[in-house]
Amino acid sequence: MANEPVELRVNGRAVRVEADEEMSLLTVLREQIDLTGSKYGCAEGECGACTVTLDGTAVRSCITPARAAVGREVLTIEGLGQGGELHPLQQAFLDHEAFQCGYCTPGMIMSALGLLNARPDPGDQDIIAAMQGNICRCGTYRRITAAIRQAADVLLVRSTEATEGTSQAPGAEKAEKATV
Amino acid sequence: MSTDLQKDRVPGASQSGGGPTPPAAQVAAEADAPAIGDWLRFRPDGTVEVLAGKVAVGQGIRTSLAQAVAEELRLPLERVRTLLGDTALTPYDMGTVGSRSTPVTAHRLRKVAASARELFAGRAAERWQLDPAGLVVADGSVSHPASGRSVPYYELIEAGERGRLSARWSDDAPLTPPEEWSVAGKSARRPEGHHFVTGSHRYTSDLDRPGMLHGAVLRPPGPGATLVSLDTSAAEELHGVAVVRDGDFVGVVAPTRHAARKALSTLDASWSLPESEERTEQLHVSGSNVFDYLKGHPSGPGGYHRWDGPGVFQVGSLEEGRAAAVGSGPGYEPGHTHEARYTIPYIAHAPLETRAALAEWGADDAGDEGVAGAGEGVGGGIRLTVRTGTQRPFGVRAELATAFGIPEEQVRVIVPDTGSAYGGKHTGEAAVEAARLARGAGRPVKLIWSREEEFTWAYFRPAGLIEVSSAVAAGGTITAWEYHNYNSGPSAIRPPYPVPNQLVVFHTTLSSLRQGSYRALAATANHFARESHMDELAHLLGLDPLEFRLRNLPDGSPEHERLRAVLVAVTERFGWATRRSRQLPGYGYGLACGTEKGSYVATCVEVEVERETGRLRVVRVVEAFECGAIVNPQGLANQVEGAVVQALGGALFERVEFEGGKIESNRFSRYRVPRFGDVPEIEVVLVDRKDLPSAGAGETPIVGPAPALANAIFDACGLRLRDLPLAPTGRLANT
Repeated sequence: MANEPVELRVNGRAVRVEADEEMSLLTVLREQIDLTGSKYGCAEGECGACTVTLDGTAVRSCITPARAAVGREVLTIEGLGQGGELHPLQQAFLDHEAFQCGYCTPGMIMSALGLLNARPDPGDQDIIAAMQGNICRCGTYRRITAAIRQAADVLLVRSTEATEGTSQAPGAEKAEKATV
Repeated sequence: MSTDLQKDRVPGASQSGGGPTPPAAQVAAEADAPAIGDWLRFRPDGTVEVLAGKVAVGQGIRTSLAQAVAEELRLPLERVRTLLGDTALTPYDMGTVGSRSTPVTAHRLRKVAASARELFAGRAAERWQLDPAGLVVADGSVSHPASGRSVPYYELIEAGERGRLSARWSDDAPLTPPEEWSVAGKSARRPEGHHFVTGSHRYTSDLDRPGMLHGAVLRPPGPGATLVSLDTSAAEELHGVAVVRDGDFVGVVAPTRHAARKALSTLDASWSLPESEERTEQLHVSGSNVFDYLKGHPSGPGGYHRWDGPGVFQVGSLEEGRAAAVGSGPGYEPGHTHEARYTIPYIAHAPLETRAALAEWGADDAGDEGVAGAGEGVGGGIRLTVRTGTQRPFGVRAELATAFGIPEEQVRVIVPDTGSAYGGKHTGEAAVEAARLARGAGRPVKLIWSREEEFTWAYFRPAGLIEVSSAVAAGGTITAWEYHNYNSGPSAIRPPYPVPNQLVVFHTTLSSLRQGSYRALAATANHFARESHMDELAHLLGLDPLEFRLRNLPDGSPEHERLRAVLVAVTERFGWATRRSRQLPGYGYGLACGTEKGSYVATCVEVEVERETGRLRVVRVVEAFECGAIVNPQGLANQVEGAVVQALGGALFERVEFEGGKIESNRFSRYRVPRFGDVPEIEVVLVDRKDLPSAGAGETPIVGPAPALANAIFDACGLRLRDLPLAPTGRLANT
């Protein structure tokens, strides 16, 4: 159970970290590479504050062993919307003021990203099913749902434009990259 | 007649989120920041920094305080920044509690900013030898349109006073009436939002300092335990780990939190719990029988409620009131007294960011992140700096000073914007523990409580038992109201209805669990009991619950008028009359209203109950809220919606389970809070009263849903639920 060097890919770059078998991905992100956007909330995968995506799928990093991420692409809130431009989900959270204290926000956005990767045009039940594991104690759920819908619409338009090859919106390429 | 039960005479209980009401000396100190420069700093770039001892815990106070200052200083909002919650930089503040930030702090900042505006206008007039009446103050400058002259505020400040503008602010400074507001009164974006959505905001738990270690604290089996033996040998062998022992306090520090918690698990300690009759008795108390225990264990003054007593409000005579009980209805015979008993359990705040603190000793240069120039004005001699998420930075400073026997002036508490609190972060446990570890380690130490620690070592909303006995006169007005509240607390304990014969008593009791403030304090419990009872009376009398309330809110009082206004607003939006006339099987509609801390709320709820299974679905909640002149409509709507959602948790699901002195609901998988799938349609109706001063809004909106839900459930299926939570597993309790 000794700490052993492990190479991970986080937000598009390779990082060397040390992890024993039980060390969580959240611990590695927060304590070894100073990515504190993913939050500690429960350590049992019940609150969603630590959510990141692994190869585009939302996972609870607090119960995901760091070593399970080897060979996969880890995306955290810090890696979303790089290059100074916000991802449509981030912009939608701002537009709807879908937060109060903000502590759950990174996890909410990453869970929503996992949802939109799998279902670009989610219905109400899809949103509930994907987001049920994320707690917002301030109670901004309805705003978050509205923000997810807005971001889905923006991404759908971009992807249509990209497919049709017409007047590609700036940032569309970036958005797709971010949603790996 | 005694009027001792006035909320402003209840130390510690009427302040929401509250905590103790400060002694008179502290209240004086709170106002003792006489210079404009104590509150506002003018920058050469034309921006203004607001200094306030409030803290940001999600309520959006940065924005509404900035709006108040921008309005009076005639500045665009984006040129006003806020520096909050730093005991070395901001004026004394008793805490972000009791919905006081808007009515007290924002109001004071208005006066300070208006004083500055007047000062600058006067100085410009003097400089230009002009009549001040011909000057215009706008956009951060004073100008004289006739001559085209203009000067920014900053240039009207002498070089010697640029550190701190020592001119005094005046309580009489002319404020801009809400009808003329151009910055306040409009929805404004929260500047911190960008940092939230990018993950770049650093909460206390995210902070780092050079040389910092991570701490973890060994928890005894119960409060008051003493350490009998301790074997630290396994921990000491771990790389980089040190054990800190200070009396019965034991903790470890390590280079990472992971290592610290691992080291903690290797400590071998045995403890001795204090033995007493009370403690033995407590072992037999559980979540299900705690109410009998509370009623059977009166306590004197002291405890969390700090009740000085007598907790009695009396008007008229209950005997006369009951003699006048000639009302009648399908369930009400003349002479009848309606009696009912309601219970409210302990619940947990469960803030998503657990308690956390980063402490360092001997650091005058403890650094300042976030706000440019924030380090200015910090005097030397700071021996202990603690960053921590608390609602009472100055209170925690006092706790630290006491714990370590040093003067308060040598302690600095800084509060980064915090991952919520809801009245649950008034105290400084984590701060004191981190400081103890840092002292033992000789290095900065960060301590983040685990979720289990947060659930088991923080404090809870008090559990309570409420007994009500009432009688109704002809015409459906209440003539007698006897009300006993055991332990919940006295906030909003008196009815808003002018019942001529009342006996209202708050009984302090022993508490099985550690208890403290919670958003809206006992106003939630008292509204649940009172507004459930009102609904019961309406049904006994065969009256529409809205009509019954209106009959008991006669004209002629501004308070009644304000309560009637939200009742009318909410029932109109909800479609109260129409829906009730076309009621579908299994559906029910409930109503509740109330007032607390100068604001008014009314709530309508629609539920669906599946008769066979008792499964409850909350379909729709409409809440009308009035808190005087609205400062930030978007922020207010967010607060009201959030309060409704949080209220659903306390109303439907939440209860701290404990037995044999052990808290069993110690994690989220054992303590159900509202989630996406629990959220109904929510509509918020904001009633803007520009003719009335702005009141706080963080708390009172939470009191409406619980009774409205209970009333809707009764309407749907005839089952009267008087014990919270109403549907702990998603099905109605008692089914």
